[in-house]
Amino acid sequence: MVRKLKVGVFSFTCCEGCCISVIESLNSKMFDWQKKIDFVNFKALKKVGKIQNMDVAFIEGAISTDEESLKLQEIRVNARVLVALGSGAINGWPSNLRNNFKGEVKSKVMERVAMSGQNEKVVPAKEVVKFDDEIFGCPISEEDFVKKMKEFLNE
Amino acid sequence: MIKNLDIELKDISKIEGHTNMGIVIRDGRVLECKLKISENNRFFADALVGMSFGRISTMMSRICGTCSSAHVLCSIEATEKAFEVVPTEQTMRLRNLLANANHLRDHAMHLWFFVLPDLFDIDSVLDFGKDKHRLLQDGLDVKAVGNFMSEIIGGRAVHPFFGVVGGFTNFPDKERVKKATGALKATRKKILDLIELLWKKRGKLVFERETNYVGLINKDYNFLEGTLEDSDGNVIEERDFGRHLERVILPYSNATAFKMDGDEFLAGALARMNVNRKSLNRSTKKDVKKYLKAFPSYNVFDNNLAQAIECLNIVDNSIKMLRKPIQEEPLAKVVPRKSTGVGVMEAPRGTLYYRLDFDDMGLVTFADLVIPTQQNVINMERTIAAYVQSLLEKKKSKKEIVFEIEKMIRAYDPCMSCAAHFLSVDWND
Repeated sequence: MVRKLKVGVFSFTCCEGCCISVIESLNSKMFDWQKKIDFVNFKALKKVGKIQNMDVAFIEGAISTDEESLKLQEIRVNARVLVALGSGAINGWPSNLRNNFKGEVKSKVMERVAMSGQNEKVVPAKEVVKFDDEIFGCPISEEDFVKKMKEFLNE
Repeated sequence: MIKNLDIELKDISKIEGHTNMGIVIRDGRVLECKLKISENNRFFADALVGMSFGRISTMMSRICGTCSSAHVLCSIEATEKAFEVVPTEQTMRLRNLLANANHLRDHAMHLWFFVLPDLFDIDSVLDFGKDKHRLLQDGLDVKAVGNFMSEIIGGRAVHPFFGVVGGFTNFPDKERVKKATGALKATRKKILDLIELLWKKRGKLVFERETNYVGLINKDYNFLEGTLEDSDGNVIEERDFGRHLERVILPYSNATAFKMDGDEFLAGALARMNVNRKSLNRSTKKDVKKYLKAFPSYNVFDNNLAQAIECLNIVDNSIKMLRKPIQEEPLAKVVPRKSTGVGVMEAPRGTLYYRLDFDDMGLVTFADLVIPTQQNVINMERTIAAYVQSLLEKKKSKKEIVFEIEKMIRAYDPCMSCAAHFLSVDWND
C-alpha cells in the first residue's frame, strides 16, 4: 500500500473562510483523498492531534498572540512543506485592521488587546516563519486548493 | 459518583473557531461552567468608522467564512434602512435565495460533518467506512447545492459580492437557474433520509431545559423579514431589538454575551422552529409531519433536527422562488444622509443585528453588531452545567461526561469567529 500523505490544516486569527474552502473541496474529492491523504491535524473535522511528522501543513490566518507564534513555529519544524492559505496568512488582512487604528478608537482597542493578552501588532503568518508555498485569495478557491493538492500527490 | 473534579476542555473540535470550556465540580455539585472563547478579537465594528457605505458589506463578510452571506445581507439592510432605499421584489427574492444558500451549506456542514460522527460514536467524518459512503455523499451533495446557489446568486460561496446596497450587480442566466432547481429537487430525499436518521437516533441525546426562544416570525419561514417574537409571543420591533439586549462582559472570554430583557434566551434553528414552524412551506410540512411533533422542544440536541427540517424548507422555498423569472435590473438610487439604520435577520445560528450610524456623506460614524452565538452563551453555560449535574447523578465517568459536554456544545453549533467580534465602545443610548 502506498504511504498516505500526512496533511495538517491549521487556523490562526481569521474568519476560517479558507478552511471552509478546503472542506468544500471535499465535496468532489472526499473518497479519492481518503485513499491518499491522512489529515493528521484538522480541528474543524477531528480532535486536536499532536503536531508531528507532517508532509504538508496548510496555514490560514494572521498571528496576534505569542501563543499563536509559538504554535506556528512548532508546526514549521514538524512539516516538510508549509503552505500559506489566503490573505490572512500572506498579508495579514483583514485581521490586521487594528494596526492602523488611530486616536480614541486605538486607545480603547489597545486596552482590550492588552487585557486579553494579544500582541500590539497583528502580523501575517508569513512574517513569523518561512513558508514554502502559498495560495492566494480571500478566501482561496476550492479549485486552487485541489490543484495544489494534486501537485503534492504527484498527480 | 464523582465528588470533586476540574474539567478543562481545550480547543474543542468540530465547531467554528477556537474555544475552551472550564467546569468545576465540588461535593458532587457543578459550581462553575465557563465557555472561555479564545478566538482573537478582530474589531471589525471599530474598523468601519470612517468607511464609505458602499464598502461595508465586503468588509463585514470577512467576519466569518461560515456565514459570510449573513453579514453581507444584514449590513446591506442596515445601510438601506438608514438611507430609506426600498429594494425591489426581485432584489428581496435574490437576497432570500442567497440567505437560503448560505443556511443550506452551513447547516449541511454542521449536520453531516460535525454531528454525524457523534451519532455513530466516532471522532471524525474522515473515519467513516465504505458502509457510510452513500450517507456521506448525500451530505456532500447538499453542501454542493448550497454552494452552487451562492455562486449563481452571490458570485461565490464564501464572501459573495454580487449583492450590494441597492440590489445586485450580476444575475444568473436561465440555464444556471434550471440547473440549480434540478439539483435542489434531487436533494429532497437526501435531506429526508437524514431527518429520519436523526429521528431514529433522537433517543440517544435528550436533555430538556426550557428557556426563552427568540426568532423572526413571518408567513413563509424566510430568514430576512418579519417580526421578532419570544416564547411568550412578545413582539420585538426590529429597530428596538438593541433596546431589549443587555451586554454582559465575561472576564474569562474573548466574546461578550447578551441577555434579553434581563434574562438568558436562545436563538437559532431550535428557537425558530419553536416559534415559527407554522410558517414552514406546505410541501415541507407534509413530509415532516411526523417529526414536527417534537416541537416546541426544550432539548437543545433537537437543534440538529430543527436544522435538518430547515434544510428541507430551504429547498422547497428556493424551488418556488426560482420559478419566477430573474431579469437584469439597475441598482436602486442611494442618497446618503446623516442617519441610523438597523438590520435584523436570521443568520444560520440565530438573529443577527446590525446598527450603523452615518454622516451626510455616507461615512460610518458608529457601528454595532450583535452576533447569535453571543446571545446563546449564557444559555449554553447554564444548560451545560445542568446537564453535567444530571450526568453526575447518573454516575457517569469523567470520560463520558467530557464527551457529552462536547456533543452538547456542538449541538448549539456555536461560531467563535463571529462571537469574538468585540466592540470597544459602549453603546449607551
